[in-house]
Amino acid sequence: MTGKTAIVGNGDGIMVFKAAGVATFPAENEKKARDILRKIAKEYQIIFLTEDLAKPLTEFLKRFDEAPYPVVVSIPSGESEGYGMEVLKSAMERALGVDILFNKD
Amino acid sequence: MARLNVNPTRMELKKLKARLSTAVRGHKLLKDKSDEMIRRFTILLRDTKALREGVEAELSDVLKQFSIARSVTPSYEAETAFAMPSVEVTAECETESIMGVDVPKVTLSSEKRADGLPYAYSEITGEADYSVQKASDLLPKMVQLAQTEKAVRMLAEEIERNKRRVNALEYVMIPQLEETIKYIKDKLDENERAAVVRLMKVKNKAQ
Repeated sequence: MTGKTAIVGNGDGIMVFKAAGVATFPAENEKKARDILRKIAKEYQIIFLTEDLAKPLTEFLKRFDEAPYPVVVSIPSGESEGYGMEVLKSAMERALGVDILFNKD
Repeated sequence: MARLNVNPTRMELKKLKARLSTAVRGHKLLKDKSDEMIRRFTILLRDTKALREGVEAELSDVLKQFSIARSVTPSYEAETAFAMPSVEVTAECETESIMGVDVPKVTLSSEKRADGLPYAYSEITGEADYSVQKASDLLPKMVQLAQTEKAVRMLAEEIERNKRRVNALEYVMIPQLEETIKYIKDKLDENERAAVVRLMKVKNKAQ
């Protein structure tokens, strides 16, 4: 199966990926991003979502964890705020119950 | 622990014993599965963390570079320059099975244009070239990150589900069966003793 990649984000930052061959979908707020995700989830297999939009949509994004595709992954927009690490951390806590990587309280 | 609501007969006993042995075997298998999944999960988690750190650092670098590039080019020119993709990125999407969990496996292939960049050099500054170039270079890594992170999330879910199954077997199903089996055995023994006593009494009377 041939897949396509897309990026959903806020601001100019995502434009650089347009030149790199990724389809871009600008979204100013999380509501717009949610609508866009619903629309493109079937068409695109890999979707990058900027952190500021992914954060309020955490619950919504959980539904994509059921099937292998589409893959929705958050990327920092500008400086990283650590949301991506938090996702990893929560997955680790669910599966293992202990902290083996992020040794800070 | 509550025992099951069954008739204390030999047939039920036989059935329950079979169920118990299946449950014990299932429990052992699931426990082994859980151990192996956790082992894979830890490895995957470490990889993902390292990958994410790398990608985040590089990405913020790219974005910084790009915002510099944007600031030195008029916006409408930038729009047109970046509107044409330089490379056609196609991702070959397959699935791979980790302990029975289907996780995505993506191989990225991109066809670069001969000159590498989507716009004429005269339109745009060197900073933009640099950031676009870097973004293209970063893309395989980002896709890799997407793939492993998804695998981590799916595996975490599966581990949790599996743990619940193991616990249900270990703390509910197996004790229940054991107790019921014990109950039936006691009842059958009791019946047998009663029969023996009755026989003895009858014999005494006959003499």
